[in-house]
Amino acid sequence: MAAPRDLEPATVPQAGVATVGGPAVAVEPQAAAGAPVPAHRSEFVYFALRNWKFVLGLGVVLVFLAAAVFGPMVASHAPLEFSGPTDQPPSSDYWFGTTSFGQDVFAQFVHGLRAAFLVGAVGGGIAWVLGAVVGFTAGYRGGAIDDVLNMLTNVVLVIPTLAILIIVSAYMNVHSYSVEAVLIGLTSWPWAARAVRAQTFTLKTRDFVDVARLSGRSTRQVIASEIAPNMSSYLLMMFILLFGGAILIGASLDFLGLGPSESVSLGLMMNNAFLSSALVLGSWWWFLPPGIGIIGIVGGLYVMNVGLDEVFNPRLRET
Amino acid sequence: MLTLDGVSKVYRIGAFGGKSLQAVRGVSFDLRPGEIVSLIGESGSGKSTIGRMILRLDRVTSGTISFDGGDIAQLGRTGTKAYYREVQGVFQDPFSSYNPVFKADRVFAMIRGAYFPGVGNDEWHEKLCASLASVGLSPGEVLNRYPHQLSGGQLQRLLIARALLLDIRILVADEVISMLDASTRIDVLNLLADLKSRGLGILFITHDLSLGNYVSDRTLILHRGAVVEMGATEKVFGDPRHAYTRMLLASVPHLHERWRDRKRNGDLALPPASRDDPAPVLVEVDTDHLAALPGKGEPS
Amino acid sequence: MSLRVDDLKVYYRTLRGDVQALDGVTFEIADGEIMGLAGESGCGKSTLGKSLIRLDGRMRHVGGSVTLDGKQLPLGDDRAMNAFRFKSVSIVPQYAMSALNPTRKVGRIAEELLESRGIHFDGVRPELVRRLELVGLSKDVLGMFPIELSGGMKQRTVMVLSTLLNPSLLIADEVTSALDVSSQRAVAEMLVEFRERSYVKSMVFITHDLAILYQAADTILVMYAGRLAEKASSDAVISRPKHPYTQLLVSSLPEVGVRYADRRLEGIPGKPPSLLEPPQGCRFRDRCPLAFAKCAEQPPFVEVEPGHRVACWAVT
Repeated sequence: MAAPRDLEPATVPQAGVATVGGPAVAVEPQAAAGAPVPAHRSEFVYFALRNWKFVLGLGVVLVFLAAAVFGPMVASHAPLEFSGPTDQPPSSDYWFGTTSFGQDVFAQFVHGLRAAFLVGAVGGGIAWVLGAVVGFTAGYRGGAIDDVLNMLTNVVLVIPTLAILIIVSAYMNVHSYSVEAVLIGLTSWPWAARAVRAQTFTLKTRDFVDVARLSGRSTRQVIASEIAPNMSSYLLMMFILLFGGAILIGASLDFLGLGPSESVSLGLMMNNAFLSSALVLGSWWWFLPPGIGIIGIVGGLYVMNVGLDEVFNPRLRET
Repeated sequence: MLTLDGVSKVYRIGAFGGKSLQAVRGVSFDLRPGEIVSLIGESGSGKSTIGRMILRLDRVTSGTISFDGGDIAQLGRTGTKAYYREVQGVFQDPFSSYNPVFKADRVFAMIRGAYFPGVGNDEWHEKLCASLASVGLSPGEVLNRYPHQLSGGQLQRLLIARALLLDIRILVADEVISMLDASTRIDVLNLLADLKSRGLGILFITHDLSLGNYVSDRTLILHRGAVVEMGATEKVFGDPRHAYTRMLLASVPHLHERWRDRKRNGDLALPPASRDDPAPVLVEVDTDHLAALPGKGEPS
Repeated sequence: MSLRVDDLKVYYRTLRGDVQALDGVTFEIADGEIMGLAGESGCGKSTLGKSLIRLDGRMRHVGGSVTLDGKQLPLGDDRAMNAFRFKSVSIVPQYAMSALNPTRKVGRIAEELLESRGIHFDGVRPELVRRLELVGLSKDVLGMFPIELSGGMKQRTVMVLSTLLNPSLLIADEVTSALDVSSQRAVAEMLVEFRERSYVKSMVFITHDLAILYQAADTILVMYAGRLAEKASSDAVISRPKHPYTQLLVSSLPEVGVRYADRRLEGIPGKPPSLLEPPQGCRFRDRCPLAFAKCAEQPPFVEVEPGHRVACWAVT
């Protein structure tokens, strides 16, 4: 039994804010009779571009992405090539200087950025898909299925990921970043699954899910067409966090020397720099760029996420 | 048309379903075409659960629900879809019933996609307008809008229109007006009463006795999952036999008689009843009027 | 004691402008009077109730004054109002059941509340227990967590806590709305009992349910779209309403005994105006069957009979 609530929903104040006639959003795409149109798209873009955190974060990430895409094309040397004099500070020949083996730091850096984005996309993507599938299924079906999936999630969650990855990497002799990304993806999905499950539980009790069932929709259809769209903002933010998280884990692994050694990554650069005592020798051009790269990309992603939260949650916006 | 026979629902609660909760106990009644039956009960009486079981949104634990003679628990996927062509529901919270990401008329599109795939645009539009007209809405004011742009009353009517598109025979209305304002409530209520004349059978679930009294032909009073009194509305309200019914009637605020002016009579004593008791047996106290036998300790 | 509200205006700030939720409201409540505040959603009754005790984030006190027992209440100043809250003005909020902190025992909640007002809990404890027993709760309640209590029990606990210091004015905001029929009567009668025992002097009983007000309140104030429509004794409002809105509202209420087959009730077509840009003149004009030319001007809220005030040109 519930108190008669207001006729207009909960954006304070409760006094007839939804005006008669005329949509509230800036641009409303005309829908053909019955074709579903998400409310968010145009409104989202409008507010997103006005949120400085989102724009700043996105800007930083895009700069690094551009560097990752175009950098290797303009780099004059191959990253692992012993091409020049050792331990040189940045100069016009070697924009970021050279390592103590005579390798071009700039080339290493931009190739490392590529590897970082690859690990982020693949690792984050796999974790995202797994987390979403497990979360939706457990949340929507409930009962025994939920109990089993929940147990599985909790087990994988509790296992110390880094320890497992170290052991696996040590024995598996990882050859490429794709494999490393897959491993990362397979171990970082649990928290995403829990979050999705919790949200699904809440949404499942909403009456529109029942209305969809009464319209003859199957479980799979209900999840895809009713529940997921309501979580679209959440799923997007989750992906961004998983992306950043995968890059961090990847960098940690590489720093420990457990990543692929035949190619180059930001973590590996820092590892080599550390092992060659670059800190002591003062070769700042060797460890600073990869460090800034990791901080920049991951930090940028997180700041973007904070901005997105404000965009999606109108209450944070109005104050 | 629709018959419930000894229907019960038990929920498993607690970790790994250790404990059980009897939400509905041994409820039996039937719903015939062209009549409105009210299911009246307070919170926890199981009335919404009964509605959901009839709509096949929850499973029956024991007992049977039959529609046109067939047990609805036996329906498979196609059977269920066909069932929904004849039986539909409208729920309490109009704003929760619409997916906020989409426009309100998407509920019609969902029906069209599932049940009228071959129908052309013009013909569909005509059907839609006819349905909207029968609930008192004009297409211009409700089509192409988002749910937050419409009022609760309009949204509830849209849901009824959606159900009418399907040419249903039974409508389960679960607290459909409790979240609406007083001035719009009565319009939706009148609409339900008008639909009765189309041959629809309506199950009107509510906690509000005055609404049940206004609109229904027969009434069932539910207490902790079991029926304690049922029969023709004027008999149940005019001559309540069970202590719970009397208590409910005494607690309702009237508009022309003050509580303090009525005699108390111990009317407010709440009969003790536990969910774990077996469903009380109903005896006929009058034509078309049954009431439960007083149990241990229950005042008669 | 008495409460005097004078041309009170409270607006809500939103992105799209100011919503004029409460637009110039003037009335009085006498000592010992239980005034029901009725109206539909968006009429401003909750806003009025809240403004008398605490303006929340988006509300702005734009004009007018409130005088309680001869002292003017500093509505706009949150800190200054603190001296009055709980002691002179108290509130039982909507969804009072969720007003109890689930991680604290009830006794602890009471203790913290009193200590925050500089009152020693042990001194008040016997009175608290006495009042709990009055409403049918045993003193064991003080040792329980809110989750162990039923909805009705929580409601009664909150009511006892809110009135512990015998406030002059109690605002009961939709206290019966979320309750079952059987508890509603108990709670409504309890409010009257509190007044009889002088635990509170006067009360503003906010609800949409006119029938409950008829039972429990002395007078009823009907609001529409941020303005007052009618104020009279509850008898007069229900049996002899003068404002067209009140008349239509009362006649749309079903009661036990009235059946569709016998008499079809009618609602009020249309919906209330938007308060972002409210219309000029009487706000009920668009839906009113008696509207005429003069209604383009805001009717004053005047006394047409002793104790009966209406804001309608058709009546004055």
